[in-house]
Amino acid sequence: MKIKVKVSRFDPDKSPERYFSEYELEVSEGMTVLDGLIWLKENADPTISFRYSCRMGVCGSCAMMINSYPHLACHTQILEITKSVLVLEPLCNHANVRDLICDFSAFFEKHRTIKPHLLREDAEKLDLTGEISQTPQELESYLQFSYCIKCGICVAACPTCATDKEYLGPQALAQAYRYTQDSRDAGGDKRIEAAAEGHGIHHCHYAGACSEACPKGVDPAFAIQLFRKQMVLRSLGLKETRPPAGEMPPMTLNPKPNIPKPPEPTIK
Amino acid sequence: MGRLRDNRLGIAGWGYAGRYGFERYAYFFQRLTGLGILLYFSLHIFVTAYRAFGEQAWTRVMSGVDKPFFKLGEYMLFMAVAYHALNGLRVLFSELGLFMGKPIRPVYPYETSLKRQRPLFFIVMALAGVIIVMGGLDLIRYFRP
Repeated sequence: MKIKVKVSRFDPDKSPERYFSEYELEVSEGMTVLDGLIWLKENADPTISFRYSCRMGVCGSCAMMINSYPHLACHTQILEITKSVLVLEPLCNHANVRDLICDFSAFFEKHRTIKPHLLREDAEKLDLTGEISQTPQELESYLQFSYCIKCGICVAACPTCATDKEYLGPQALAQAYRYTQDSRDAGGDKRIEAAAEGHGIHHCHYAGACSEACPKGVDPAFAIQLFRKQMVLRSLGLKETRPPAGEMPPMTLNPKPNIPKPPEPTIK
Repeated sequence: MGRLRDNRLGIAGWGYAGRYGFERYAYFFQRLTGLGILLYFSLHIFVTAYRAFGEQAWTRVMSGVDKPFFKLGEYMLFMAVAYHALNGLRVLFSELGLFMGKPIRPVYPYETSLKRQRPLFFIVMALAGVIIVMGGLDLIRYFRP
């Protein structure tokens, strides 16, 4: 089946305005948007610029607007979207560098603002050969939000990001909750301080588009609401701050009998 | 930075958003009705300020607004308030993490909190609808006494 593909083109060296290039593409069943783009680049127009890496929905590089909805190009089959016209544009609410490529520096800067790593005062004293204990329930409370691949789709879907350039955005705020909720972490107060800033969490009004569009099922809108609940409970003194989970010695396993011992190290 | 093209959707992006669920449009109408109510309050203060100029001025301005056009405007305000208040309650509940379930493992096909709170959304919209229809009956009585 042949379809028409319209690709948004932008080259600041040539013009400050974008335009659309049109191509014809022979589509077969199972062909993804990324497959189609690669075919077009190899056979029709080598100047089309787009970003991709893993081709399997893990790296998040190929996020773009596909018929006005943000998707991963490698994760979207063309025939599931259209049988006539496919329109490809760069992600909304991100600055456009060229054709389908967006600048993610502001996005990552906002991500850094919320300190996306475990914070604890005793980090230097931890015995790194051990483990920090965590119950399955504690893990489940944040695991869903840790699958974020930083593709920027949630920001493209968010109506608040459409008008507020400084807004931290669903990705950063969801990650603020993900790390604050982690029982190994003790940096909740610092993240709450960062998230409660003027363009922070209070600008989210649960439009939910970020959760709908997320290609990994992270549900950032839910994380943001849970984070806000936690902030309210903390400010009312109804939720006590807990110390971070403590260390556990490495588990001593009793090996089964009849299993041969490993060879002696060759380098001493 | 001058070489980058600003690709934010702007205010138009609140209204047109593509194939999203109800909640994104509820967000847009919440803002729209909020601005409408704010506009009404400005006009309300302007109109009631005539009370300061004496009884005659007050009677004149009140007879000026007692017209079908303003009655229709009042009904639109009523609709906006009904929607804004009830949807606002839903958003308030959501912002406190209520009626949204618990975090789950993201197993395809993914289920989001939106689906879990959608019954609340429909209840709230149905309530707003009932209130708006009841207000509409009152408006019909005004036009057909």
